[in-house]
Amino acid sequence: MGKRTKNLGRFQRDWSRQVGLTLFIIAVSVAVDIRNPRFFSVVNLSDMISNTAILSILAIGMMIVIITAGIDLSIASTMALSGMVTALTVQANRGLSPMLALLIGLAVGVLCGGVISVFVVRFSVAPIIATLGFMNAYRGLTYLVSHSNWVGPGQMSNGFMMIARGKILGINNLVIIAMLLYLLAFYFLNYTRFGRQIYAVGSNAESAKVSGINTNHVLFTVYVIMGAFAGLAGVLWVSKFASAQGDTALGYEMNVIAACVLGGVSLRGGSGKLSGVLLGSLLLGILNDALPLIDVSPFWQSAIQGAIILVAVISNVFFKRRVEYKTLARRNI
Amino acid sequence: MPKRKELITGRKSFSFKRFFLQWEWLLVLAFIAVNIFDAAISPYFLDMNNILSSTMNFLDNAFIVLPMVFVIMLGEIDISVGSTVALSAVVMGVFYDKFHTPMWLAVLICLAVGALCGLFNGMIIVKFKEIAPMIVTLSTMTMYRGIAQIIIRDQSGGNFAPWFKFLSWGYLGSIPFILVVFAVAAVIFGLLLHKTNFGRRVYAIGNNEIASLYSGIQIGRIKLIIYTLTGFMSGVAALFLSSRMGSTRSDMATGYELNAIAMVVLGGVNIMGGRGRMIGAIIAVFIIGFLKYGLGLINMSSQVVLIVIGLLLAVSVALPNIKKSGGKQRKTEEA
Repeated sequence: MGKRTKNLGRFQRDWSRQVGLTLFIIAVSVAVDIRNPRFFSVVNLSDMISNTAILSILAIGMMIVIITAGIDLSIASTMALSGMVTALTVQANRGLSPMLALLIGLAVGVLCGGVISVFVVRFSVAPIIATLGFMNAYRGLTYLVSHSNWVGPGQMSNGFMMIARGKILGINNLVIIAMLLYLLAFYFLNYTRFGRQIYAVGSNAESAKVSGINTNHVLFTVYVIMGAFAGLAGVLWVSKFASAQGDTALGYEMNVIAACVLGGVSLRGGSGKLSGVLLGSLLLGILNDALPLIDVSPFWQSAIQGAIILVAVISNVFFKRRVEYKTLARRNI
Repeated sequence: MPKRKELITGRKSFSFKRFFLQWEWLLVLAFIAVNIFDAAISPYFLDMNNILSSTMNFLDNAFIVLPMVFVIMLGEIDISVGSTVALSAVVMGVFYDKFHTPMWLAVLICLAVGALCGLFNGMIIVKFKEIAPMIVTLSTMTMYRGIAQIIIRDQSGGNFAPWFKFLSWGYLGSIPFILVVFAVAAVIFGLLLHKTNFGRRVYAIGNNEIASLYSGIQIGRIKLIIYTLTGFMSGVAALFLSSRMGSTRSDMATGYELNAIAMVVLGGVNIMGGRGRMIGAIIAVFIIGFLKYGLGLINMSSQVVLIVIGLLLAVSVALPNIKKSGGKQRKTEEA
């Protein structure tokens, strides 16, 4: 009996967010489907999932950063920069292999993340400030390298645009890339020493240091990883929408942070799960997809999205309080 | 090592070195440097009228900087201010255009909407302490702008009364009206932070929230007041911004929140809370404002301005730490 209730308590603590989110997603989907049966069609679902792929990729990186009690506001600018640099390269030599294009974007992202790392780790600038500064700087740089022009579909090679549009075994490339990254991140976070060190640094940097973890090394790597994800996502974004502009993905960092927060990643650091983040991004993706389907005017979308985030975090607080209250009550007996 | 007298009284004795090594003096130096730089690159800069009227271009955002100092001093953050500006301006426009209220009433409504938005933030943040303020204001940021979009769609509003233009374009003598208002507001906020019990309590909460709770400070009430004040000042910024633009749209004031935070941090207020001064933030407003103005005078593209300001923010905050990380011992002593 004792063990069972204990296990139940642990289950509630660890998985309540995921269960709640899943229920919420199901409820929203069913409600939307009743209004418009097209929602559950294969075409719509696959569209929706491939639209969510980029968000969910970025959410992995952001989750890792937030676990270390940091934050990265610069990712949208990094995406724009890497997308622009890649698009310009493709424009200059059409024959460039798509793989190489991805690598270029990745390299730009790593570089951007590395610079931020130096400021955060070496000069101990608060992450929110460092990334706020470089958000401006990278955005400016994007305009600068492109001379405020934009690269349209006419100037891109077909192979490049196929990165995001092609399919393997009937599944969109974006979805496959996202799935691979999730598997990789799952292994990395849960089964490698370094992954566990990230959680350790996030929950208590001091004790992590005392127990022999090189916290600087961990932090440095985390921002570089985030940069790499943003760089990759930038290329995917440009390939998907077939245009690279100065204001690509402007303000997208807030969506990514919202996905993490919905998924139960605590901004205080130390906690967060990939399953939660995936569900969080899916929920945002469903909202984006479903609202137009049920004829909600596009002008209502961001108000609804904001309200849902707020309701979700508040109801989570209520739930947590109840669990805590119950655990306390059990202890008193 | 602190001197013996300092240890006993707990007060540091005056030293010129320490006095001039303060962040604010560095800011003053930076301000002078920016002015010299401006004067060097453009012969048109050193003209009193030019300098004064250039302040019209950036001071609307600065009204948010003042309360943001308080928010960040608490160790918290409010990123919904830009959206609050948009919402209150849009509501004002609608009331004036559609309901034909008198202009003064529309202005009051604008301020009230701003304060309400802030109050709503504050209530949620105080009531649900578990949620980080960043998350609360992130969702209200999306929500407020969303409501503004619902109200006005993709149109623009506001054929405001002629006198309304005076707010951003008018002069009192040779001094722009907005500069006068900002000066008054800055003095009030400075006094509030440095000369009242309220201000001392804000410092206390920022330094150690739990300790200040146990010493009887009503944390909830203070936070509520500060968030409401932030919303109210966003309403003020909305007035000046819509007066300058002559219209209201749902996408106005995007990025104002991050600009304001950048200026506050550049002004030496610690993002973790509890440290900094109002004067620093005010100097930072003018540094960035004049820098933008000067770069604009020589037709520097706005892209470069973005880069310069971003780097300025990152480097200026890094600067004191570069020196510090040289001697490890000093770091631990200060920590």
